[in-house]
Amino acid sequence: MIRFIASRIGFAALVLVMLSGFVFTLFFVAPGDPARIVAGERATEAQVAQVRENLGLDRPIIEQYFSFVGRSLSGDLGYSYRNQQPVLELIKNRMPATISLCVGAVVLWLLMGIPIGIMSARRPGSLVDRLGQGFVLIGVSFPSFVLGMAALYFLYFVPRQAGFTLFPPGGFRPFLPNPGLWAWHLMLPWFTLALTSAAIYARLTRGQLLEVLGEDYIRTARAKGLSERKVVYKHGVRSIFSPLTTQLGADIAALLGGALVTEQVFGLQGIGSLAVQSVQTQDRPVIIGVVMLAGFFIVIANLIVDFLYILLDPRIRT
Amino acid sequence: MSSEIKQRGSLELTLRRLLADRAGLVAMLFIIALVAAAIGADGIAALTGHGPTAQFLDVGLTPTGLPVPPSGEFLFGTDQLGRDVLVRLAHGARISLSIGVVASLLAAMIGVTIGLVAGYFGGWVDVVLGRLMDLVMSIPVLLCMLSLVAVFGPSLPLSLSVIVFFSWTTMGRVIRGQVLSLKEREFVLASRSMGAGHLSIMFTDILPNLGAPIIIYTTMMVPTSIIFEATLSFLGLGIVPPAPSWGGMLAEAANNSIYMFAWWLVLFPGLALLFTTLSFNILGDALRDALDPASMRNKLQKKKKKPSVGTAS
Repeated sequence: MIRFIASRIGFAALVLVMLSGFVFTLFFVAPGDPARIVAGERATEAQVAQVRENLGLDRPIIEQYFSFVGRSLSGDLGYSYRNQQPVLELIKNRMPATISLCVGAVVLWLLMGIPIGIMSARRPGSLVDRLGQGFVLIGVSFPSFVLGMAALYFLYFVPRQAGFTLFPPGGFRPFLPNPGLWAWHLMLPWFTLALTSAAIYARLTRGQLLEVLGEDYIRTARAKGLSERKVVYKHGVRSIFSPLTTQLGADIAALLGGALVTEQVFGLQGIGSLAVQSVQTQDRPVIIGVVMLAGFFIVIANLIVDFLYILLDPRIRT
Repeated sequence: MSSEIKQRGSLELTLRRLLADRAGLVAMLFIIALVAAAIGADGIAALTGHGPTAQFLDVGLTPTGLPVPPSGEFLFGTDQLGRDVLVRLAHGARISLSIGVVASLLAAMIGVTIGLVAGYFGGWVDVVLGRLMDLVMSIPVLLCMLSLVAVFGPSLPLSLSVIVFFSWTTMGRVIRGQVLSLKEREFVLASRSMGAGHLSIMFTDILPNLGAPIIIYTTMMVPTSIIFEATLSFLGLGIVPPAPSWGGMLAEAANNSIYMFAWWLVLFPGLALLFTTLSFNILGDALRDALDPASMRNKLQKKKKKPSVGTAS
């Protein structure tokens, strides 16, 4: 088990090194002179050179990279080219919206996907199953931004025209002091972000559970006279947690992308929209900061999933 | 007389099964219609007399400068610049379909090759390639795309390469799993005993047995790639306006929430996108049933067995 954990941590570190190397090289070879962008259009050559020296852009790339890594580890991600604010602070301000969105969406898709999958698997071929299969098909086919726009149209705009407010048009409210308002504002974004994954989880749960329910030990459990509910939930569902955990690990990297799209549709001031804005303004330290921080969170989340996996599947512990 | 016994080849049997699947048939018809619309996009433009980027500031906009709803002149209405939505939709189909199909084919080629090599050679080759797949899967795709666009600017080749780079892993996993069991079969042993080399065994003995999963998973990759491209264009990272693409059209509709007052700007591109991905997904399901009758017969017992993910160490 220690070897397993060590190899996962090593892998996590490798992902971060590769990601930072990729982003750093990318911006180093990129056309355009960041020093000139910072100095402004009317700066003289001498001023640009001064800025370049201040930012350390005149040093070799390897040196720049290591000083960047060193500073990042101590929590200094540099300063925005645009307004000289610390990148870390910019990201910190945007964090609550993105974290609320992502955590809520994950909870929602697990709560939607797994029960739908279980209901489908318990009666394959039934009406419930076919409805579940229909949900899966629509869910995997619906692009999330189209869903988000449709949700805004029908659940915000149409009621609004009729004279009442069913859901807000978007925006983020902090959790405190009013959690109700927070949840109300996030309801549509949560569903938008969760639908596709809920469908994938429903499909996975159904497939895995159908397979498990055909196993001998399930027949044994039934033969013992256990109630169907106990057979399905205590013996069947338990064994599908580890494949679901694997899937969860694979989804975390994609989650941030989904959050980015959802934030755009609903005008949430989160990390995703910060990234899109900094691409538009060519604010490189912010882009690098967001990519690295996102990579860091993904790696940490993946490690947590790995540990969960060990807890759920005793076979790995040996 | 009537019970004449006919010999049917595997292709014919597959086609017959496919055509017997009504949902699959409808999906196929939709895709054919879409392909026709994409190829005939210029014809549609000529018929209506509206170019894909032509702005009809007089008839295409209301006196207050708002888009015109669907009418005889503009069947699907116009957008905020007075352009014909129908014509742009047909031209957008070209982008969506070609990216979807080309990206899937390229990704399938990479996935099959890597899966084949990893599964066939096993050992450290398998470990290294498995880790490579893990690595690619744990990269935040959209963020990488953001940084690439920040540096190189949005373009079609860039979108295509990013989609391909991030979508071959599923195929790689599936193929690897299949090859692991195929390489232990007798016909591989027979081939080897007759002196066949690794390349020959991989490509003439094992590869032909992978036809079904390759066709199924490539089809399933098309809708994912289409959504991927539309998402990139929606975020302004894909196709550069004014060239029409579905994601770009939806982005323009979302801009300033103009679609709240011009529902047709979202309805038509949104439905086009939804029906296209839905059709490819249904077709993929139908193909699986047609190519693998065993899974059809046991449909109720087991369906959609997901390939085990990752090399649990």
